[in-house]
Amino acid sequence: MTVAGLAATFGSGAMTNSIDELEYTDLILATGTNTTENHPVIGMKVKRAVRQHGTKLIVIDPREIDLVKYADIWLRQKPGTDVAVFNGLMNVIIAEGLYDKEYVAGRTEGFEALKEVVAKYTPEAVEKISGVPAEDLKKAARLYAGAARASIIYAMGITQHTTGTDNVKSTANLAMLCGNVGIEGGGVNPLRGQNNVQGACDMGALPNVYPAYQPVANDDVRKKFEAAWKAALSAKPGLTLMEIMAAAGSGKVKALYVMGENPLLSDPDLQHVKKELQKLELMIVQDIFLTETAQMADVVLPACAFAEKEGTFTNTERRVQRVRKALEPPGEAKADWEIICGISGKMGYPMAYASAREICEEVRTVTPSYAGITYERLEKEGLQWPCPTVSHAGTKFLHKDKFSRGLGLFTALEHIPPNELPDQEYPFLLSTGRVLYHYHTGTMTTRARGPVERCPESLVEIHPEDAERLGIADGQKVKVTSRRGKVEAKAHITEKSAPGSIFMNFHFNEAPVNFLTNPALDPIGKIPEYKVCAVKLEAA
Amino acid sequence: MDKKITVTIDGQEVSADPGQTILEAARNQGIYIPTLCHYSRTTNVGACRVCVVEVENARSYVASCCAPITPGMVIRTNTPAIRAAQRMIVELMWSSGDHNCLTCEQNGACELQDLVYRLQIDKPRFPIEHPAYGPDSTNTMITRDLNKCILCGRCVRACNEIQVNEVLDFANRGSYAKVGPAFDADYIDSACVFCGECAQVCPTGAITFKQAKFAGRPWELAKTRTTCAYCGVGCQIDLYTKDNKIVKVMGNREYGQPNEGSLCVKGRFGMDFISHPDRLTKPLIRRRKGEDFQEAAWDEAYAFIAERLAAVKKEYGPDSIAGLSSARCTNEENYLFQKFLRGAIGTNNVDHCARL
Repeated sequence: MTVAGLAATFGSGAMTNSIDELEYTDLILATGTNTTENHPVIGMKVKRAVRQHGTKLIVIDPREIDLVKYADIWLRQKPGTDVAVFNGLMNVIIAEGLYDKEYVAGRTEGFEALKEVVAKYTPEAVEKISGVPAEDLKKAARLYAGAARASIIYAMGITQHTTGTDNVKSTANLAMLCGNVGIEGGGVNPLRGQNNVQGACDMGALPNVYPAYQPVANDDVRKKFEAAWKAALSAKPGLTLMEIMAAAGSGKVKALYVMGENPLLSDPDLQHVKKELQKLELMIVQDIFLTETAQMADVVLPACAFAEKEGTFTNTERRVQRVRKALEPPGEAKADWEIICGISGKMGYPMAYASAREICEEVRTVTPSYAGITYERLEKEGLQWPCPTVSHAGTKFLHKDKFSRGLGLFTALEHIPPNELPDQEYPFLLSTGRVLYHYHTGTMTTRARGPVERCPESLVEIHPEDAERLGIADGQKVKVTSRRGKVEAKAHITEKSAPGSIFMNFHFNEAPVNFLTNPALDPIGKIPEYKVCAVKLEAA
Repeated sequence: MDKKITVTIDGQEVSADPGQTILEAARNQGIYIPTLCHYSRTTNVGACRVCVVEVENARSYVASCCAPITPGMVIRTNTPAIRAAQRMIVELMWSSGDHNCLTCEQNGACELQDLVYRLQIDKPRFPIEHPAYGPDSTNTMITRDLNKCILCGRCVRACNEIQVNEVLDFANRGSYAKVGPAFDADYIDSACVFCGECAQVCPTGAITFKQAKFAGRPWELAKTRTTCAYCGVGCQIDLYTKDNKIVKVMGNREYGQPNEGSLCVKGRFGMDFISHPDRLTKPLIRRRKGEDFQEAAWDEAYAFIAERLAAVKKEYGPDSIAGLSSARCTNEENYLFQKFLRGAIGTNNVDHCARL
């Protein structure tokens, strides 16, 4: 996953560069991102770059996404073979002496080990693993290496694998090899899928770090927070989301407080998750709707939607921007921060804040990268962290002249196949993701007239060859079964997915695709392998 | 940087950059020249001609949006002859469309109406003959009434040059010319992805937001700038509201990065959920497993939670409690949530769905 992978490589886990740089760079490599559907306004800038500014585009994706139409080269790899493909690109670049020798020597470490491993990944060897024709791989490698400034963009197609952290590190390896990190128009740029996932990470909603990624296990850091918060704090890193679910199942976690999340539609292997949550003694859910998760709770607390409260979100390019109140909340709903204060006060740990602004003022004192960010400064325009002082203009791109960790670290990585691949019994490969018209578990977009009109239900994308072989017609109901469950949805016959692969979205509770998905996790990032599991397909 | 060029506009010596158009040079000086088809950061097409100016020694009036300045140019923007030409152009547009402001959603926010007023035209000297196209109101998001279209082409350029969706273009010629998707299809039957950029840039009431119709006049709406709550781009949006409901969502170029005024279908048309009747309005408590929820007062809910959490913590220790924070909530709320788990409960068991 992004934070772990990029933090290990560069010392900082975030989009290195800014969105507007994409439009004016020389080359964009888009991999594992269906940008025009999942980040449409970034997709727009990529398309403008290609159409209007002469930017070259390489797409590496198993699906024939919209961006393929704009690409100079499209590499269609088998899902889960990303490390091999990136090693192959680097193999060509090193073999042909196209890498940035000065940059590698001056700004990085670990090159020799990388060189040794990628030497095995010749284009021909990579073709066998990934299905990408050797000649196309060579062309893409030369194109990337030949660009003065090249930006890599990626999203969940890179991270949602059992090798997610390795995949992220591979993108970083390639970018460093060609001297593309620390320059305007370059970088390794994870496109974050949710409005404030960057901010939630920055604010320490992670089990091992406080705000600004300061480790809970570090004594000095912990003392600082103990003094600031006037509380004794635990030195033991906590459990990740998937571990919390497992601990609920095993009885180690007895009470769960969920704020604005819907794990009962978003987590893999849902039937198992439901059983785990049923074992809890207490579940508190705070949300705007009675979601699948809220229905199982002991207490449900009505929260404000974003348009009903003040605050800030941090976007994918580290830009902190204001959220402003435009509407009064319905009934007795309260802003999430007010609710947290209410509970905390009753528990004898007073959190007396009069406004979101007051909380932000406290955030600044304990979060060095946000120290210069005030509501006054955000009035006209957002600020990109790191922004350490009120006179600092914010940071457009990271790692200029020097990485956060000092030298950029190459990681030599071997290809590891996905956890569960198609076999005779489950012959199809299922990937999941989003579609343009909907968002995540659909609680918001399935209640909006326009998006529902354009996309009213879940569809199973099937290649015409497979559909013909199985006698499935467009629009016909099909049953998709994995080792963990089954769902039914209508077939959409399209060449977007490769033969033998199908694609489903996870927006609709009528066809909860996470009944099927594999909960196997990346060992470091703890991200589930949503992009690969084995299923069988039949007419319903 | 190339050297500056000096030109004279309305008797004033003006220094401008080579390559700038007459319109740009004039606007930089605060000199008013009307425009309709012009839309910055798209190709200057000179389609509507309302930006005409006099240039000394030029054969005819010049469309200032397309004409680059040259050294020594002498330009006049507001002579009686120019105003007469602009009136003629506006009257021709008016008379070739069904510009009935009584029923138009853009009344009060229409650039053609503004120009008629500014040029002090009482009525067009030509009979009104509009093409009598049928409306496209086949979808819930965008309504088109091409009888109000002045063929400025802003929507076409917005679709192709700003959003690069490549759906809209001109079809037919002369008085039969019209804008739209391929094969004269309605939006819903086309490759349109409903970003709404065409409606946002339309200077008249030809392309409008369907859900905003009859929901409030432009001058009755409150405008609040905020950040979109969908994907990680963080588009800056203006929520237009009336009677505690969102009427429409607009981008705003003045806000700059990250979206420079552009939006996608979710930000534009995905906000119905906020006023949906399914919204939770009161705390709910299930006192015993298997029982139904009962509505409760906030104090009751807080007390119930505090008591139960304290009991769990006492019996099983702080690490028996965990919290899932939210990538949907604000920074301030995420900060408080982890502070609550860490400071009030004493556990680091806090995560969110970054990985999902």
